[in-house]
Amino acid sequence: MRTIPRALLIGGLLVLLVLLVLASLSAGKVWIPWSDWFGAADDMRSMIIFDLRLPRTVLGIIVGVGLGISGAAMQGYTRNPLADPGILGVSSMAAFGAVATLYLGAASSMPWLLPAGAMIGAVGGIAMLLVLSGATSSVLTFILAGMILNTVATAGVSLALNLAPTPWAVNEIIHWLLGSLADRSVDEVRMALPFVLIGSALVLTLARPLDALTLGETGARSLGIDLTRTRWILAFGVGLAVGASVAVTGMIGFVGLVTPHLLRPFVSARPGALLVPSALAGAVIVLAGDVIVRILPSTVELKLSVAMAAVGAPFFLALLINLRRKAA
Amino acid sequence: MSQLIATHLGVSFGEKTVLDGLSVSFDAAQVTAVVGPNGAGKSTLLMALAGLRAPDRGHVSVDGADIYSLPARDRAQRMGFPAQTPEIAWGVDVRTLVGLGRTPRIGSRGLTAADDEIVTQALAATDVTAFADRNVLTLSGGERGRALIARALAGEPKWLLADEPLTGLDPGFQLDIASLFRGMTARGCGVIVTLHDLHMALRMADRVLVLGEGRVLADGAPQEALSPETLMRAYGVEARTWPGAAGPVIEIVGRRG
Ligand SMILES: Nc1ncnc2c1ncn2[C@@H]1O[C@H](COP(=O)(O)OP(=O)(O)O)[C@@H](O)[C@H]1O
Ligand SMILES: [Mg+2]
Repeated sequence: MRTIPRALLIGGLLVLLVLLVLASLSAGKVWIPWSDWFGAADDMRSMIIFDLRLPRTVLGIIVGVGLGISGAAMQGYTRNPLADPGILGVSSMAAFGAVATLYLGAASSMPWLLPAGAMIGAVGGIAMLLVLSGATSSVLTFILAGMILNTVATAGVSLALNLAPTPWAVNEIIHWLLGSLADRSVDEVRMALPFVLIGSALVLTLARPLDALTLGETGARSLGIDLTRTRWILAFGVGLAVGASVAVTGMIGFVGLVTPHLLRPFVSARPGALLVPSALAGAVIVLAGDVIVRILPSTVELKLSVAMAAVGAPFFLALLINLRRKAA
Repeated sequence: MSQLIATHLGVSFGEKTVLDGLSVSFDAAQVTAVVGPNGAGKSTLLMALAGLRAPDRGHVSVDGADIYSLPARDRAQRMGFPAQTPEIAWGVDVRTLVGLGRTPRIGSRGLTAADDEIVTQALAATDVTAFADRNVLTLSGGERGRALIARALAGEPKWLLADEPLTGLDPGFQLDIASLFRGMTARGCGVIVTLHDLHMALRMADRVLVLGEGRVLADGAPQEALSPETLMRAYGVEARTWPGAAGPVIEIVGRRG
């Protein structure tokens, strides 16, 4: 099989990530080559790099790690190569929480309220997920519970749009929903980092159970895996990582779905071995997308989520063509 | 010696009673074949014995401990269970699949050289070494079946509960797997297999359990348990036993009536 040594895979992804960090600090409306970063007499330039681009870059890495690792975990858990971290409904609940603060108009006076609302939505979502799916260990009930959350959250967001007092509020909600890394500061980094770290650490403990689930639920249980415990850890891990990501950037699709999918052949399909590479590759993809968005010559900066959606369609087309060729 | 005891097992699906107060005990170091018509409850019994499906009524105990009270990992170390129709979600290679069998032994650490050695032995024991690097999803049914037995062996279980392990194997491999099971009993492992091939049951088992209508219809040495009367009752077929070159042979003469 087309597997490559793990050290090479992780090393390669790390090199890519470092290159993209350099690019991300240099690129934008003003190009600042790295030779000018330090000791530049120009205060303006160092401000751009350290106050604007550095937090944006760090945030991109955090969010990419959270989405990548969550996607890998969800695909492994559901044994569905096209599952997305969003299917648990926690990200839409986070979005609903954020939109609620926008709707109430509270976020403009107290900017911290929006991410706080999103985190409350996410944690509430996790709790509802666990209550709804009950004490059973079945994957299907878990996914169904996620679908219920997704539906409720989507209805809530639509309701907020419907009842929004002013067109301006509608505009603000829609703008926020389109995920982006633009104009983020150290505050967002501080907000998201602990949750994404804890969430990712929780998910990382699931490598063995996810591997064992290769043999289905009965197979995993026959290997001594406690599926109920697995589900709790997964709900908290993915919920925190994805919820915090949504809280600071809005909805960014595609990353969580595509990252593990692309890497699977390189780890001989083992779901547990996919977690760390997916975390790194998630960061790579988010940063790459964000650099591209910034250097595109348009007057209004394209939202990151829009750019991701734009590459999404051709990606799935390529996948489909590939599958059809194999089937033929 | 290890003992596996089921007491008054009852399992129902809705109105349908599949196991009806079944009691049976197994000694290690024996191959027990469980036979019976389709839907007799063989797979259900095996799942209950393996600690994977709590019966609606009754208990299962292994070495005096209730199997449904044991910690999952402890239970998994004792009971090897290659499922009858396993789903395999990802196209992992055979060695990785067999390596999964070590899961209850290693907890969250990775496979060590010693584990790899055990995996290699399991691959060799079921004769799947030649395609150890192949994607499991590209294997034939029989090859995959052997890989799954290797997976169970890799966990070094005290009990091996195999649901139709010979289905899909050619006659040569059927004999190989039969002697593999025999070898395991020599090391003190208890082997319980469900079979459809009565001839193989006669040939490989120390004891045969005939299930029907949720109860034990016969239980004992193979030739006694598989008597023409029992076969008539269990399957509704008329059968005769002949002496063959390698032991007795069961000939199915025809359907009742
Ligand atoms: N999950 C289930 N729901 C409903 N009926 C079931 C279920 N599992 C098994 N059964 C029924 O229980 C009976 C025994 O099944 P099983 O133990 O698989 O039989 P065997 O392995 O002897 O062929 C069958 O009639 C089957 O249809
Ligand atoms: Mg069966």
